[in-house]
Amino acid sequence: MAERKIVDAKNTFCPGPLMELIANMKQAEVGDELVVLSTDEGSANDIPEWINKVGHEVLETSEEDGVWSIVVKKTK
Amino acid sequence: MKILIVGGGMGGTILANNLARKLRQELKAGKASITMLSASDKHMYQPGLLYVAVGKMNPSELYRDQVSLLEPSIEFKVDPVVEFNLDNNNVKAKSGTTYNYDIIVIATGSRTHAEGTPGLAEHAEQFYTEADAVKMFKRLESFKGGKVVVAVGVPHKCPMAPLEITFMLTDYFKNRGIWDKVQLHYTYPIGRTHSLEPVAKWATPEFERLGITYETLFNMKEVTANTVISEEGTEAEYDLLITVPAHKGMQVIEDAGLGAGGFIPTDRKRLNMEGRDNVYVLGDTTNLPISKAGSTAHFEAEALAENIASMATIGTATRDYDGKVFCFIEAGEGKATYAMFNYQNPPDPKAPTAGIHMFKTAYNKLYWASARGLL
Repeated sequence: MAERKIVDAKNTFCPGPLMELIANMKQAEVGDELVVLSTDEGSANDIPEWINKVGHEVLETSEEDGVWSIVVKKTK
Repeated sequence: MKILIVGGGMGGTILANNLARKLRQELKAGKASITMLSASDKHMYQPGLLYVAVGKMNPSELYRDQVSLLEPSIEFKVDPVVEFNLDNNNVKAKSGTTYNYDIIVIATGSRTHAEGTPGLAEHAEQFYTEADAVKMFKRLESFKGGKVVVAVGVPHKCPMAPLEITFMLTDYFKNRGIWDKVQLHYTYPIGRTHSLEPVAKWATPEFERLGITYETLFNMKEVTANTVISEEGTEAEYDLLITVPAHKGMQVIEDAGLGAGGFIPTDRKRLNMEGRDNVYVLGDTTNLPISKAGSTAHFEAEALAENIASMATIGTATRDYDGKVFCFIEAGEGKATYAMFNYQNPPDPKAPTAGIHMFKTAYNKLYWASARGLL
């Protein structure tokens, strides 16, 4: 499996985890997997919402010590 | 210690001036030197472009001679870097000259990349260069009415720009007496009207009060002569398209392979390039997940100046950058507010006031004192 790119958006407010993910998705290749790290609880909802709306794939969502880890795959 | 600063924007200029003052004795004794390489002999107040685009400032108000902003002890050269040789501690510049350094700070900034979205550059008005801002104003002046769409790319410089241009356009059309002939439609990449939730909570009801329609989770995929098509599968028809386009770092950074998209991987506290302890990065050039804004570069430069000065004098850095950002928000109707935050503390913007708008207007002039490191 290819190395997953980490998008470390912990403890940041602007532009925020979803905007960071969108920017990184533009640079990614189809099939790449990215891991977004966020301390914003809202990321657990708004990142999957965007991923599903665009048609990419959410592979995992987990939380440990206040840090959400959301793994997504670029599918197109 | 030879200190080389690449880039003469907000970050590089404040850093150079603060260092020149902190290392006054070392510079005088020949134990340190500061050299700045820039692509231009002029320094632009970039936030002023927003005002140029709606006819509130003249481009001639945006510029100063770069050398007039710098402490005399700083060696300034208009000689943009074309090649970074970080393993050998030198850079090659356009003139062919090689500049050696002990510490290098890369502050080359970012640029718009409308070309990355098919059709956007051809069909949209934008305001991130003098030529584009003037062109946008002329287009506004000839606009008689219709649907105006604001569309936003990611990442972009100045996170408040999408909201500010929307409210300033509202004022512009009202002042021209054609607001009743305009339908203003705002789009935004994430699921609310601004990345900062408290700002979105203020802006959304303002849109509703003013009759501005909006669509969130809207990322531009393609633009035709009258429609913006989103990644999310929706469309927005327009008569006039205003864009805050996606940005990239500078081409020379990409060409040197220093970072994807021209943004250099940077330590969020010490601001060194990841994996290098004598290469530092400021402002838009970093890949940090924080606002690409002049204030970010300003506060980073203050922290980095302390660290480089202390490395030159006591051999070690002394402080971390705390992620501080301060952004004014022009709210239209002669009012403004601001958002201030860092890595640990979220923003808590207050209701816009005329007083803050007046202060922002004053800051349009005070900027030059800020660039000199005096404010």
